[in-house]
Amino acid sequence: MATVTTSIPATSNIQPNGTIAVAMSGGVDSSTVAAMLRAEGHDVIGLTLQLWDQNRLAGKPGVPEGPKTGRCCSLDDVYDARRVAETLDIPYYVVNQQERFEQDVVRPFVNDYLSGRTPIPCSLCNNHLKFDQLLLTARQIGADRIATGHYAVNEYDPARARWILKRPVDLAKDQTWFLFGLTQEQLAHTLFPLGHLNKPAVREIARESGLALADKPDSQEICFIPGGDYKQFIQNYLEEQGKIVPESAGQLVTTAGQPLGRHEGIHNFTIGQRKGLGITSPNPLYVLNIDSASRNVTVGPESELNRPSFTCQRANWISIPSLEGRLRVQARIRHSQSPAPAWIEPTTAPDGSQGVLVTFDEPQRAVTPGHSAVFYQEDEVVGGAWIV
Amino acid sequence: MRRVYMDANATTPLLPEVMEAMRPYWMEHYGNASSIHQQGQRARTAVDQAREILAEFFGCHAAEVVFTSGGTEGDNTALFGLLHPGDHLITTSIEHSAVLAAADRLAHDGIETTRIDPQPNGLIDPMDILRAIRPETRLISVMLANNETGVVQPVEEIGRIAAQTGCFFHIDAVQGAGKIPIDVKKIGCHVLTISGHKMYAPKGIGAMFVRKGTPLDPMFVGGSHERRRRAGTENVPAIVALGKAAEIAMHGLESGAMHRVAELRDRLENGILTRIPGTGINGADAHGKVAPRASNTSNIWFDQLEGEALVIALDLKGLAVSGGSACHSGATEPSHVLMAMGLDKARARASLRFSLLKTATEADIDYALEIVPAAVARLRELSPALAGTSPAYAS
Repeated sequence: MATVTTSIPATSNIQPNGTIAVAMSGGVDSSTVAAMLRAEGHDVIGLTLQLWDQNRLAGKPGVPEGPKTGRCCSLDDVYDARRVAETLDIPYYVVNQQERFEQDVVRPFVNDYLSGRTPIPCSLCNNHLKFDQLLLTARQIGADRIATGHYAVNEYDPARARWILKRPVDLAKDQTWFLFGLTQEQLAHTLFPLGHLNKPAVREIARESGLALADKPDSQEICFIPGGDYKQFIQNYLEEQGKIVPESAGQLVTTAGQPLGRHEGIHNFTIGQRKGLGITSPNPLYVLNIDSASRNVTVGPESELNRPSFTCQRANWISIPSLEGRLRVQARIRHSQSPAPAWIEPTTAPDGSQGVLVTFDEPQRAVTPGHSAVFYQEDEVVGGAWIV
Repeated sequence: MRRVYMDANATTPLLPEVMEAMRPYWMEHYGNASSIHQQGQRARTAVDQAREILAEFFGCHAAEVVFTSGGTEGDNTALFGLLHPGDHLITTSIEHSAVLAAADRLAHDGIETTRIDPQPNGLIDPMDILRAIRPETRLISVMLANNETGVVQPVEEIGRIAAQTGCFFHIDAVQGAGKIPIDVKKIGCHVLTISGHKMYAPKGIGAMFVRKGTPLDPMFVGGSHERRRRAGTENVPAIVALGKAAEIAMHGLESGAMHRVAELRDRLENGILTRIPGTGINGADAHGKVAPRASNTSNIWFDQLEGEALVIALDLKGLAVSGGSACHSGATEPSHVLMAMGLDKARARASLRFSLLKTATEADIDYALEIVPAAVARLRELSPALAGTSPAYAS
């Protein structure tokens, strides 16, 4: 069985043998983490965050009646996590964070779409729930550190006196794009035991550990939207809140400003989208821009999706203390994209706010406001920021 | 690690005498109490003897005792069995969910419910009940002692109102039974529900007092068990156990055993309140006067912390207490009882229930007073410490 590497700086107050709280989702990855740490003799506590009540919007359009199965926070997943904890004979608790999740993840998610942006709820959840609230709860109940099933590597570099986040061995499972917001404090108290393993090896460890869920399929979709229909979710959620989807119908226009037809609301679009535009054209058309002020959605040929540069804001730096001058990086603007060579440099927006200017060597497809840009040097995460 | 259990209102262990009393009825005297033969008669005798004890426990006739599967069945039966479309129900907002959820279901059948809120000290004002009475009010359902605060309701006064207005009266005595004497004649109720596992008998057994002549429709139909009030083969060993537990409870109440528990509870409570700043009793009024309570229960709020984390932290240190109510996943929701008493969500979340077993010792209290202040201090110290949010997420 693979060993969990845990580098701790000599100056740290972390106890190498201290209790570790494992964030258990009921999936294979986090369950295996719990099994690995237990096998190594650590004191392990299992914690599951209850984030969203899957019954909450039950019965509304597009949402099945009754409890859903096989998704984050469903009763089945809590059951699976509990069974793993029972198998491993570790203390296990479900922690209610539904209000925080709604405030910090669900509402920003809805607001982003209504403002013409395309949000990444997993990044919000990581920073506000998993590595903030969960870490706090873990420390309050007597654990020094948390461990999660993310595929990433987390190491202390004495030379730079910084915690470094790196891409994992299994690049197909790399989750560093969702983790760029971690602070040094959070990294210091977090373990990613799966960073040096590939997925088949993780399943093998799960089998060897006697976990019944070793072959459970990976979850793919947004955990609080069973079925994945985010437009329906936004409508149902606003309805539950006693609100209606704000009127945001407008024009579909070409880059030259020529109207091509009407659309029913800007939240129905994301940059690079081709399907569901509601217009016919001899050549395929893609969403190039969403302007929330004029409600114009600009469409055009695929070639015009490419952007040579863009600006992002609210940066978090990991391998460097701050960005001073131009820096050579590989920039990644979506989870599925391979990092592309680029220069980054500090910039000041017209309104005076500080940002990061990213200039690619080769223009990149579909730069999407609301997403994040994450910067790499080799396999290290330099930092990241939100695309505006 | 030493483990101390202070969650008696969730459930209790069997007393050794209870275990011994029920033991022969699993493998030796296994007869069906409805059978004609000797084995059956042996079982029938045991059930009848237990029924006599329960009759004494309630202060009623043996024919008015019905054995059930527990508190939920009793509460459900009282509501479903007495109410019909068009009827009106008066209950309180601090009842157990076995009553509140039954009332919710009855709403689909056109049965309206008025839920009376308690005063800030957790007491229901009988005048509020009187004011809520309508011509179509058929049932008043009130708990004897609240499961979360222990506050004992003025059921005798409410019973007089029920009698004067011609309403049926149900008492959920699940948390009161064994802790305070019960006399159904004094209370003036028509139905009263108790549960075995809250009073040192097994889970899965309970009993109801049903006043003679009360038109209570059974929930289960089938054989003629329990005078047709509750079909189903009697759970003989558990009935024997409940009889033994009720007998021990009556002796305990007579000999002042609960006074001893009250003294321990008070020492625990005063110890926490004096050792930890920013704490108070849920069940006290604005002047700090505490309502009458079941002698084993203390519900305490703690400023500036998450009750859920405190429950976990204490459990990991060996002290079992509870806070709020567990939702379907096992996560904690703020207590509807405390919210109804007017606590805000933050304070309701930061409240813990300590409920002592009657076997609690001075050493148990010492242990709790050692670890609770330390755990609270750690939680409070850490709460603001992690404020260093990533710039990428600062709002």
